[in-house]
Amino acid sequence: MSWTRKILRVNLSEGSCTPEALNMEWAMQYLGQRGLSSKYLCEEVDPKCDALGPENKLIMSTGPLTGTMASTAGRYSVTCKSPLTGAIASSNSGGFLGAEMKFAGWDMVIFEGKSEKPVYLLIQDDKVELRDASGLWGKSAWETDDILHRTHQDPQIRIACIGRTAENGCLFAGIINDRHRAAGRSGVGTVMASKNLKAVVIRGTQGVGNLEDAKAFMDAVDAGKAILAENAVTGEGLPTYGTQVLMNVINGVGGLPARNMRDVGFEGAGNISGEAMNEPRASDGKPNLTTKAGCFSCTIACGRISTVDKTHFSVKDKPQYHGASGGLEYEAAWALGADTGIDDLDALTYVNFLCNEDGFDPITFGSTVAAAMELFEDGVITTEDTDGIELKFGSAEALVAVTELLVTGEGFAKILGLGSKRMCEKYAKPELSMTVKGQEFPAYDPRGIQGIGLNYATSNRGACHLRGYTVASEILGIPVKTEQTDSDGKPELVKAFQDATALVDSAGLCLFTTFAWGMDNIAPQIDAACEGDWSVESCLEAGERIWNMERLFNQAAGFTADDDKLPKRMLEEAIKSGPTKGQVSKLGDMLPKYYEIRGWTPQGVVTEETRRRLSL
Amino acid sequence: MQKSLHIDPGKCTGCLQCEMACSFEHTGTFNPSRSFIKVFTFHDEGRFAPYTCTQCDEAWCMRACPVDAISIDFSTGAKVVSDDKCVGCKVCTIACPFGTINYSQATGKVVKCDLCGGDPECAKACPTGAITYIDADWTGYDRMLASAAKSLPSAEATA
Repeated sequence: MSWTRKILRVNLSEGSCTPEALNMEWAMQYLGQRGLSSKYLCEEVDPKCDALGPENKLIMSTGPLTGTMASTAGRYSVTCKSPLTGAIASSNSGGFLGAEMKFAGWDMVIFEGKSEKPVYLLIQDDKVELRDASGLWGKSAWETDDILHRTHQDPQIRIACIGRTAENGCLFAGIINDRHRAAGRSGVGTVMASKNLKAVVIRGTQGVGNLEDAKAFMDAVDAGKAILAENAVTGEGLPTYGTQVLMNVINGVGGLPARNMRDVGFEGAGNISGEAMNEPRASDGKPNLTTKAGCFSCTIACGRISTVDKTHFSVKDKPQYHGASGGLEYEAAWALGADTGIDDLDALTYVNFLCNEDGFDPITFGSTVAAAMELFEDGVITTEDTDGIELKFGSAEALVAVTELLVTGEGFAKILGLGSKRMCEKYAKPELSMTVKGQEFPAYDPRGIQGIGLNYATSNRGACHLRGYTVASEILGIPVKTEQTDSDGKPELVKAFQDATALVDSAGLCLFTTFAWGMDNIAPQIDAACEGDWSVESCLEAGERIWNMERLFNQAAGFTADDDKLPKRMLEEAIKSGPTKGQVSKLGDMLPKYYEIRGWTPQGVVTEETRRRLSL
Repeated sequence: MQKSLHIDPGKCTGCLQCEMACSFEHTGTFNPSRSFIKVFTFHDEGRFAPYTCTQCDEAWCMRACPVDAISIDFSTGAKVVSDDKCVGCKVCTIACPFGTINYSQATGKVVKCDLCGGDPECAKACPTGAITYIDADWTGYDRMLASAAKSLPSAEATA
């Protein structure tokens, strides 16, 4: 097994912590983490509930491989109904917290209700208690981390917490663990704040040792590590440049959107790329990148630790940001940079620090700022709306100012904090919000890369690359190259990626392993660690089951085929220049076929037959 | 020929594969809290440093032990704790200047690196070569090589 078979139920209204046996029947069907916590959510939460009300639940969950030596096996998920989208949310994070939860003996922690006063949960192996967090409310995630480490006088505790944006009601606040890893998307931090839960502090000393077949597991783990080391992406590209290896690549193939996706192709991409991060700066002779960093058990190490030039305008008088901290990854660099037309690497790095310090999603934030910049340039809003900030595309000063404003939750921050959909609706320009189901696009243009557009449209948590990363096939040729501007075959490709990804997430592994690993590398690791039959086929079936279950939650929440759509800009405004000039998204050609191969009605409804086939 | 664990912190990414390999070898569980090698994170400096016993020749822990529970494994040079003899008095943990021998609540004994009998699991698990197991007389070899390379007249002259 490798599950601890134990979950912790924390009722914040009553202030109680109750251990429970893990439902192993569900574990056999949904494996762990994203899949299994979503099953609990679907069983226990009304999909129509107010995401920020006490009836929503927040579930932190590990996978059966979390805490083992399988490469990248340190991940955990936060699952709840999202306040940003109203759909099911499951945000995944690396770092060290997930493994620590497992070492303390817990597969999952379910938070329900709402505490009267701010509290934090302290887990020390079997000993669990809620403690007063009044003194932590109003503190950033970094300050909270510092204070809790001091309070407990234990450098080995691991902490997940929210920053001030979550407390201020920003709808895209995340949960920060280990200072710069984040369950970042869909506003899971906002849900945590709505429950008056400030932090989760964990120290585990029990380890993970109950492997089904230890020798077979270590053989599979060693084989997997060797494949990652030899692969060009996981063995070289990601360790050298992080995910930022993509900036120049995606720009080069006409897939990089810019300026709120008005353009495709960004002239400043090279300045904010992985290559630029590794180059010594003209100003102080040091590179932006200080070192690469691995999450728990990760043999890839795509994580970036960066330092901003001390004389840069953004940090000049702020010595607290002169040290090294979590640096830019590709999505953040795109959203904060290309999408706002800003190519100032140090400014973006500083803003990224603030995203970590106060726990908010750089993708949604950057895209919302980009939409606000378009509103500003079109004259829909003026400096009277923006607290005096000249919100022009390309202005690093404006980005820095608006980010510092967001953290305060004052003035224009109240509107920015709603995300681009609500903001653009407020200013009667809904077409300027680049979202699906209310969540902002990541860094790949659905016109220039067709499959990813279908994936955005159908993603169960709103626009997201991590639900079905067809870019691997359409651009990088993994596992096989498909033509990026073709729509033929993309429904099948999207379904295959979505199902496989659901399973990888549910195991506790990082999706980035799949640049090198196929399911035939992953299934043997799960099968050796866990009881039950985890063949390639049963893994893929579990992935498909998880996908459909999430869809059923959304259906019950009121989502229909009408929500599987892309903004008009993607469907009607052709790319103006570059290698993908003239392209629009062919979503209308792909969606019917996608519904058909999913076993859904032409209206996108999961059929009885499909439910039966997947035991749903 | 004896070998030494050699640590190059510059190559460490902080992934803890070494801690898991160590704990799995010695306890059968993946459990960093029971690893004999520890990776330290210096967050503000952006640095990681694995650290464990250097197997001193004149080992303070061995000299301090009042019951002779620590002995030399002559095949590897490791100073090894005998669980049969150790009474858990912790005097060795005070004597060690590096803090690399510690008491374990789980066993009631002190624990330290034993070089896995000459095939250290941490070195095998490390994905970046930050931990290697090399000729004990030549732990400076790579740095000497790097310095020697710098002493070459110029790249053109040797091309």
